[in-house]
Amino acid sequence: MDQTLTSSDRVSEAESSRQAFLAGFGWMLLARTIDEKFASLYRAGKIHGGVYIGKGQEALSAAVGMALREGDVFAPLIRDGAGRLAFGESILDAARTYMGSSLGPMRGRDGSVHRGRPREGLLPMLSHLGAMIPVVNGALMAKRFKGQSGFVGAACIGDGATSTGAFHEGLNQAAVENLPLVLVVADNQFAYSTPTTSQFACASLVDKAKGYGVRGHTADGVDLGDCLRVLSRAADLARGGDGPQLVIGNLLRLCGHGEHDDAHYISPELKASPLGQDCIELAEQRILDESWATASDIAEWKATRIKSVEETVAQVQREPSPDPYKESWYALASKHLSETYENF
Amino acid sequence: MSITYLEAIREAQARALAEDSRVYIYGQDVGEFGGAFKATKNLAAEFPGRVKDAPISEDAMVGSAIGAAIEGMRPIIEMQFADFSVAGFNQIVNHAAAFHWRTRVPCPIVVRLPSGGVSGSGPFHSQSLETIYAHYPGLIVMTPATVEDAYSMLLEAVAIDDPVIFCEHKFLYYHLKAESLPTEALPTGKARIAREGRDMTIVAYSAMVHEALDVAAEFATEGIEIEVVDLRSVKPIDTDTVIASVARTGRLLCVGEAWPWGGVTAEVIARVTCEAFHLLDAPPQRLNAKDTPIPYHPDLWSAHRPTARSLAAAARKLLQL
Repeated sequence: MDQTLTSSDRVSEAESSRQAFLAGFGWMLLARTIDEKFASLYRAGKIHGGVYIGKGQEALSAAVGMALREGDVFAPLIRDGAGRLAFGESILDAARTYMGSSLGPMRGRDGSVHRGRPREGLLPMLSHLGAMIPVVNGALMAKRFKGQSGFVGAACIGDGATSTGAFHEGLNQAAVENLPLVLVVADNQFAYSTPTTSQFACASLVDKAKGYGVRGHTADGVDLGDCLRVLSRAADLARGGDGPQLVIGNLLRLCGHGEHDDAHYISPELKASPLGQDCIELAEQRILDESWATASDIAEWKATRIKSVEETVAQVQREPSPDPYKESWYALASKHLSETYENF
Repeated sequence: MSITYLEAIREAQARALAEDSRVYIYGQDVGEFGGAFKATKNLAAEFPGRVKDAPISEDAMVGSAIGAAIEGMRPIIEMQFADFSVAGFNQIVNHAAAFHWRTRVPCPIVVRLPSGGVSGSGPFHSQSLETIYAHYPGLIVMTPATVEDAYSMLLEAVAIDDPVIFCEHKFLYYHLKAESLPTEALPTGKARIAREGRDMTIVAYSAMVHEALDVAAEFATEGIEIEVVDLRSVKPIDTDTVIASVARTGRLLCVGEAWPWGGVTAEVIARVTCEAFHLLDAPPQRLNAKDTPIPYHPDLWSAHRPTARSLAAAARKLLQL
């Protein structure tokens, strides 16, 4: 604790961390509610393609989104529902994209987790792991070119993406350019079914930070309080000119890779280990232990979220699907330069 | 005063940097060193901070350009050789090319590919990759054959709201010269009649335009008039100009320095055959490089790529069909 803090400073610090914890918990609950709804719609055959949820990763994800501000750049991971919400994405954008509404940001042209609003700093991912890192770098370079300051960009990946060339190139590029990049790795122990023992041979992924000349941080990914502290510090450092920050969150994916995957390869021992704890249950217990809210408050928070998710999904179910006969089949922004082919 | 194809590329970049604060150049050795071919000579000094050396990271070079373009910049990425661009292929074809269609947000990046063979360059410094990039929806692929086009098309590439693959031919860098820079140009997507003729159409692009013009000059001494169409951009392809030429000549020969399987020459023939079969007096023909990696030794290389000599032989064959 900083010796120069007065007792009232300490009170306000405690109060702001309490508020952050409760806000983070709110995003986690909402993300879990949305994920459960999408999983249920998937099982009912109401969603085209896969559903990828963030169960077990909500604490880390919420902390990333909450460390960002308007004007920052965010390239989320497929399990970053909580972070997206904290960054400002609406439930409506998520539902419209998953359900293929023509009114959504992707208009049925792309789906599920591949959504975003690039003009608002939320980058829509492509499936190639690690490839979003240099894209965030470029957005940060552009802001620097334009004379802006005080911004950061977060790129989120899993343990698997650390094995890609794009991770290496992207983190090295950010280091060379001293960019305010916060690169968050959710080390959830598996890349689809491949365990980390087949993914990397270093003791911890945070060891990689030194090799790239960047600062490394480790967060207990099941502990919301720790995630908030670590991400807030990493973002502050990046914002303050300290260069790229590599944050490793250790946790366990409490679901399959997608809803099609029963995750039978995750051992019972691992599930029973500290990594396998549910970050939402832990956060809820902390709130009760600290008397920050009562069980009935929390029950009400959950009910409110379920209601808004149900209402949003019901609305989206009434929305039009994209019409192939009205679709503009031009890939280019320069429509006059698009090739046209007659299909019979 | 005369200006080379390479100098025209440098001048176009200097003008783009001067006139548009959104433009920057990023690539290996492009800074103080001025680029492997000196296409950015002195630009780092003239435009401080806007001509940046990149680590040897093609994926990150293109990926960062995409991010910067989303934020409103107009990056020009120099690949040291076209052959190296495949190390950034994912970002180009899956990310940049698809971005506008997915999001309605334009992705205006220019990726310059020093393309094609020069003597002694071997398998990894000689490739012509316009075909693979043209295959992907969402990209514009330019293949300038003249000093004037190298200049004006590069400026247009920067202005276009889409990702542009700019295939500049290394063989033309130094020996192709013009008296001055152009003040006006055909728009992108419009082919050029490089030489008029009535007996046969040769469709070419990039360095092969000059081989075709050599063949046309040779045949003219025999009273055979070959029309040469310079595609200028291979995506979009100006099918109308090609078909109008075939309407005049009845015979079509396409030449490209790229490999034969699929590709630009196949595309041109497919279009003419589908849309203008009735205009053809003989089966359309094409000539490409041999279907092997590009050889190092000059004797092998000159037999590997189409030349005026092999093109003349193909033209004679077509005249007899």
